Amino acid sequence: MRPKLILLSDELVKQIIEEGFALLMNPGIQVHNDEALSLLADAGAEVDMESKIAKIPEKIAWQALDSSPSEFYLYDLDGNQVVHYGGDSVQFDPGSGGITILDSETQKQRQALTEDYVKFIKLVEMLPQVDAQSTAFITSDVSKGIGDLYRLYLALNFMRKPIVTGAFEKETWWTMKDMLVAVVGSEKDLAELPVAVFDACPSPPLKWSDITCQNLIDCAKNNIPAELISMPMAGANSPVTLAGAVVQHTAESLSGVIINQLANPGAPIVWGGSPATFDMRKGTTPMGAIGTWMINCAYVQIGKELNLPTHSYLGMSDAKIVDAQCGLESSSAFMAALAGANMVSGAGMMDFESCLSYEKLVVDAEIIGMAKRLIAGIDGRQTPIALEIMQELGHKGNFLSHPHTRKWFRKELYIPSEVIDRDTLEAWEKKGSKSTWERAQDRVDDLLAKYQPSPMSSEVKKELRVITTKAANKAGMRELPSLPED
Amino acid sequence: MSQEMFDKLAEAVIKGETNNAEALAKEALEKGLDPLQCIAEGLTKGIQKVGELFASGEYFLPELIIGADAMKTALDILEPALIGDQAREVVGTIVLGTVEGDLHEIGKTLVGTMLTANGFKVIDIGVDKPASEFIDAVKESGANLVGASALLTTTMIRQENLIGALKDAGLREQVMVMVGGAPVTESYAKQIGANGYAENAISAVDLAMRLVDAPA
Repeated sequence: MRPKLILLSDELVKQIIEEGFALLMNPGIQVHNDEALSLLADAGAEVDMESKIAKIPEKIAWQALDSSPSEFYLYDLDGNQVVHYGGDSVQFDPGSGGITILDSETQKQRQALTEDYVKFIKLVEMLPQVDAQSTAFITSDVSKGIGDLYRLYLALNFMRKPIVTGAFEKETWWTMKDMLVAVVGSEKDLAELPVAVFDACPSPPLKWSDITCQNLIDCAKNNIPAELISMPMAGANSPVTLAGAVVQHTAESLSGVIINQLANPGAPIVWGGSPATFDMRKGTTPMGAIGTWMINCAYVQIGKELNLPTHSYLGMSDAKIVDAQCGLESSSAFMAALAGANMVSGAGMMDFESCLSYEKLVVDAEIIGMAKRLIAGIDGRQTPIALEIMQELGHKGNFLSHPHTRKWFRKELYIPSEVIDRDTLEAWEKKGSKSTWERAQDRVDDLLAKYQPSPMSSEVKKELRVITTKAANKAGMRELPSLPED
Repeated sequence: MSQEMFDKLAEAVIKGETNNAEALAKEALEKGLDPLQCIAEGLTKGIQKVGELFASGEYFLPELIIGADAMKTALDILEPALIGDQAREVVGTIVLGTVEGDLHEIGKTLVGTMLTANGFKVIDIGVDKPASEFIDAVKESGANLVGASALLTTTMIRQENLIGALKDAGLREQVMVMVGGAPVTESYAKQIGANGYAENAISAVDLAMRLVDAPA
């Protein structure tokens, strides 16, 4: 039996979806993108080009839900199916779009540079618990105009795992697509064996900006998977009740599915998000708040009800250093796994959604390992489960040497890395009485030492650099920073 | 009698009773009370108390915002009634908006509310605003402060563009520029040549006070 977290009753699910549909019609969705507005008008929505508001009848929403696929796969750069968006599959990638790195020496935040992100990519490649890359950092050593595509450029040079990414401008999306095509070979291959998914964020409440909406449309037209990131902040720009925030998430996400499917019925689209509660003292959006976790898991339930692949932003912390609060809050990854979110973004991320840490990432990898073990559930493994072996051994407790133990222990136990301390006191002291932070640093060093360079051909690497340099020149930057050694 | 009215106005702000504040302001004018005194002895006292309650942890943001809303509603009635050369003492005038491509409202509005409560004149131009609209508003109002908000890492570049555009328009000497928003940092603000950065609405007030050189 697969353990599951269900937060919404059937009646509440029904009510939330009904209200989500009703919001599409009144007050409607404000869409600052003319192509989307004309798609909506052509489909029969009532569109006011002046106020940019589209009132979308329920029928259009149901058509979009019907045409959107319930599942799809992401492939690694070697062509293996490694991520399943659909059903109750659960996979993890790091948080995305961070601007600072927690410096390993000083434990203070500083702006991320090319070398920091490359190190992070290598670490993600080496962590078996983490299923996909993300364009985790916006590095500060390139022109802001290429901040989005430069991330992807760096990732493609060092990764094999698929990647969760996103564009900041309309034009840069196309450059990023060109990069992906250069790597996988052709547009056809990119559509058939997607290696990347692009995030597209509506603006709460009930709005789409021109840029993100265009990204959503361009993804659809090119059959590139898009991931909706609706982010109501309960009590700030959405209702304060958890269910109310889910209603808003439902309406915003439905509008995204509709625009995407109108551009190209059947294009892969993910029901995702990054909602949060709102701290009524600090005015911040705590990712470590229990309410945040509950809104996330509840909208995942709605996405499943609508038969769509799902995503959530969990496993993050609001802490500024890798401390007890950081570990406590990052355990929301358990809830995401139990909710069955297909992709859980957030590993390595802290200080809300602004900073990433190598050390947090390797600690989070242990949480992810445990979460995956948890949802694998408890299996009898054989029938009788224990009767035979217990009768055989009777009152002798020597299970350690029994073949039954050897046969099952690797499957039954999640075996953590040395980040998790299970030494005796004496052994722990002998190793230097190291804290979690210090053990995490050791693990980071170990993994990076074992990283194998990407087998990508030098021609492709060159082509990627040409594409990226061209975009950099356009943004007023002459030369890209040189790539760190493999 | 007038003291009683001032207290009621203050109380309406403290309790966040917008309708009541509006009615009281009208009543005060009908009774011929001095509007400037109503503002100084009533509304300002009330909002100061709200600030104290917030600082002591008794009040939360919703109470703070609703209190400021009540104050603003009463202010809208009392200010036009000021007599002759009476003027509400304004600490500074700020043009406030969220940059182009960004539709996020909450942070900017929170800052506007807090600044209003602290005696600033706030010209809130809204969200998704290109540099040209900031510039028009500065020209029109003669503002000495500009506040630009960006919630997205994707739009923070526009804060830099805005500073460039203010320079090109010959307004950079006239205004102090404050930037804010989730992805914005002190060092980023420095890097793009802003005069200051505040991490939340409360420190935005301190920053604005500092920038206009007013006693906090």
